[in-house]
Amino acid sequence: MSDQTPICEPCGLETLPAPEGGPVIRLVNVEKLLDGKKVLDGVNLDIPRQRITAIIGLSGAGKSVMLKHMIGLIRPDRGQVLVDGVDIARLSRGELYEIRRRFGMLFQGGALFDSLTVYENVAFPLREKTGLGEEKIRERVLSRLAQVGLEGAQGKFPDELSGGMVRRVAFARAMVTDPEIILFDEPTTGLDPIIRNSILNLICHTYHQHGFTMVMISHDIPEIFLWSHYVVVLHDGKVVESAPTAEVVHSVNPFVQQLIRGDIAGPVHLM
Amino acid sequence: MTLLVETIGKRALQGINRMGKMMIFLCATAASLFVPPFRVRRIVKQIHFIGVKSLFVIVLTAAFTGMVLGLQGYYTLRKFGSEGLLGSAVALSLIRELGPVLSALMVTGRAGSALTAEIGIMRIGDQIDSLESMGIDPVKFLISPRLLGTVVSVPLLTAIFDVVGILGGYVVGVKLLGVNAGVFFGQMEASVEWIDIANGFIKSLVFGVVIAWVCTFKGYFTERGAEGVSQSTTSAVVLSSVLVLVGDYFLTSVLL
Repeated sequence: MSDQTPICEPCGLETLPAPEGGPVIRLVNVEKLLDGKKVLDGVNLDIPRQRITAIIGLSGAGKSVMLKHMIGLIRPDRGQVLVDGVDIARLSRGELYEIRRRFGMLFQGGALFDSLTVYENVAFPLREKTGLGEEKIRERVLSRLAQVGLEGAQGKFPDELSGGMVRRVAFARAMVTDPEIILFDEPTTGLDPIIRNSILNLICHTYHQHGFTMVMISHDIPEIFLWSHYVVVLHDGKVVESAPTAEVVHSVNPFVQQLIRGDIAGPVHLM
Repeated sequence: MTLLVETIGKRALQGINRMGKMMIFLCATAASLFVPPFRVRRIVKQIHFIGVKSLFVIVLTAAFTGMVLGLQGYYTLRKFGSEGLLGSAVALSLIRELGPVLSALMVTGRAGSALTAEIGIMRIGDQIDSLESMGIDPVKFLISPRLLGTVVSVPLLTAIFDVVGILGGYVVGVKLLGVNAGVFFGQMEASVEWIDIANGFIKSLVFGVVIAWVCTFKGYFTERGAEGVSQSTTSAVVLSSVLVLVGDYFLTSVLL
């Protein structure tokens, strides 16, 4: 995916114009200690507005912790997490909830509510957080379910769905309130290549339709380079690379190259 | 020696930290009860789950508790020629002690463990974080209806336990062992006072809070997957039961 070409190569839709304004999310010198281990160690990072940013790194590098900082699910021990210039770590609970209206989040396993049907899961944020009437909610939910190709599954419960369907329902729920920013925590982990690509295509397609800012943790290397504008590489709680995708692919950083190629030999020795 | 003191100190600090965390959790839940929106349907659902669905086990336990009280009481009182006091013995035992305590223990076993497991599974499945990410306070949304549901249900279940237990005692004492029915109920009416019923009610209210508090707390702070849920559930049941029994002693000493 490139900002230069008028048509997005993977999904075939017209590329969105360059966004106005600075980064929507900024992490400034963020540090976090969990169970005595420094999970984030002075992270400085800008998330560009209305672009897809992929976060890659080894398991345990601190990717999910960093993503949870962006929405205020975890507060930093030090540093700032700025959403449009507002430090969300210093907000009251009420103010933080107000900021979260701008976010949608897709969790690793989907995090659908087991006791609710697919329809009820997608309708849930609308019922709880908006004053929309049931008719409007129905319209919006059905349209989002159609967008993710699950029109017929509205009456099913999460345990009746496949892994790919769960992620698609979770995606429909994350975008049903039309948020500005959507965070994805490994949306394709554990899925077969065809379903994985269909989900990535769906994310790309939705991005081009709505212009959301998307931040996505992924282990799908090198496929993820096709679907993202920017890539952030995290290692041992530090950002080792943060740049447009093409630059990261050609990075001279030996760790980044080892990660991209999946080499056993390199700066990281696991065994 | 230094290591021993260090370990004891560390454990003590952990214990104090945990108690503080529990107290903050209870205060946050209580405070959220007064913050709109008030989700009446969710509270009614919890009353149905905790109260209505516990009815069978409460009635069964109460009937046999009353029957065994009738049996034991009859043979004990007969030694002193006081079989006529059986009605008041059964009623006072149930209303003051056994009704609130056994109802609380039954609710802990049946509904409390389910509360912990349900919330624990939501925690490990990121469903609680998912609520947070939508800007919905999980304490308000998940915990306060369960607290209110338990506080409403336990006193009602205790009242049912008392009535069914007395009927159990009546069946054994009057129908099987031949105590006069008029004497049985007459003595009961003469000895049971409103203060006994009020004390039983206060106990059941406190036990309701304890059960909901401990069980939801354990579920809410579950860690480490399925094993964590199993540990939380076990420790919730054990801690609730112990707190009910210990609390019963202290409440009795204050209320008597």
